[in-house]
Amino acid sequence: MRGDRRLFSNVSFTLPPGGFMQLTGPNGSGKTSLLRIIAGLMQPESGEIRWQGAKTSTLAEEYSRSITYIGHRNGVKEELNSIENLRVASGIAGAEITHEDARDALARVGLAGRENLPARFLSEGQRRRSALARLITCGTKLWLLDEVLASLDHAAGKIIESVISQHLNQGGMAIVATHQELHIYAGSFQRLELEPGAPGGAGA
Amino acid sequence: MFRWIVARDLTLAWRRRADVLSTLFFFVIVASLFPLGIGPETQLLRSIAPGVVWVAALLASMLSLGRLFANDYQDGTLEQMLLTPQPLYLVVLGKIFAQWLVSEVPLVLIAPLIGIQFGLGANTLLILFVSLLIGTPILSLIGSIGAGLTLGLRGGGVLIALLILPLYIPVLIFGAGAVDAVIVGTSPAANLYLLAAFLVLSLVFAPWATAAALRISLE
Repeated sequence: MRGDRRLFSNVSFTLPPGGFMQLTGPNGSGKTSLLRIIAGLMQPESGEIRWQGAKTSTLAEEYSRSITYIGHRNGVKEELNSIENLRVASGIAGAEITHEDARDALARVGLAGRENLPARFLSEGQRRRSALARLITCGTKLWLLDEVLASLDHAAGKIIESVISQHLNQGGMAIVATHQELHIYAGSFQRLELEPGAPGGAGA
Repeated sequence: MFRWIVARDLTLAWRRRADVLSTLFFFVIVASLFPLGIGPETQLLRSIAPGVVWVAALLASMLSLGRLFANDYQDGTLEQMLLTPQPLYLVVLGKIFAQWLVSEVPLVLIAPLIGIQFGLGANTLLILFVSLLIGTPILSLIGSIGAGLTLGLRGGGVLIALLILPLYIPVLIFGAGAVDAVIVGTSPAANLYLLAAFLVLSLVFAPWATAAALRISLE
């Protein structure tokens, strides 16, 4: 997977199977934009993203099947409980799961016993856990995670780190934007530091 | 996937019943104000009934369309829908279908009751019902384009109205025209056929345009 980008220009990298990349950089340096571009939610000014050698723009839906993007906003509906949220999100992502799958995944992120509460009764951190439970069930190759540890407590952070490590050991890939130190065990660990954009540079 | 979107939106609507009911009550109240304001002039009421009911339906659909994508946009679920491996066309169609079921169908069902207030006959009520049944999906389909374009903008609600109401004009003319035709004793068929043609056209093009609008709004 290779990227080549504007604003924070000349960003280029390749992520091998089992590879992990941490995106760092000051606020506003474009970490989120880069992740959204890789996910296909934004178009780069110039350059391209390739997935297994083919441009993602031509792969379109086939590429979507291979990635999971979890952004700042959790994508958790307040009116639905955690199991419903997880099953609906998986169904929309094209990978339906059963009630039991959802319950097991939620238990793993420490939401056992709270899976039937509507998300509006959950704390911010619990909602984040509920959103991240998707990582356990999604079965995609490439994970794009924005500020993955935001609002998570220490224990939940540990769980997510182990989920990511396990994913990498099975040949998955992950690109994570975060400032925090991550304890990830990966065959290939890269760190990409984005420089703050030059004043008066190209607008997003 | 389509099924998941529809089922999800129906569940959400059920858990947020107040939103749905407020649209319906808005329709009933707006349409009922006219007989109350004009008084018992049967002839006059009968001749304005098609226009009044149809205009009330247009305004009520504006109310619910503002919410079509706004909530999903705010909590990030819309992003996830854009990343689905299925065509975005289907996602949009699913959301529009659910919106129509939840917000427009109750209105279509209650419209004959409103018609009675205006002293319409049984035959006229039937055509009013049929014209709304064909016409309201067009309102949802066209309205979704406006909802997609104004997503995340301040004052989006007013902007939707300005963008979309002019596009509703043909639907209003032929929808109300069909009911008018029965009242004056001619056949409503031509109007209904044209309305059906609009429905087919908007089914093909509107979700596609909305999908493009959503991609722009979420950049």
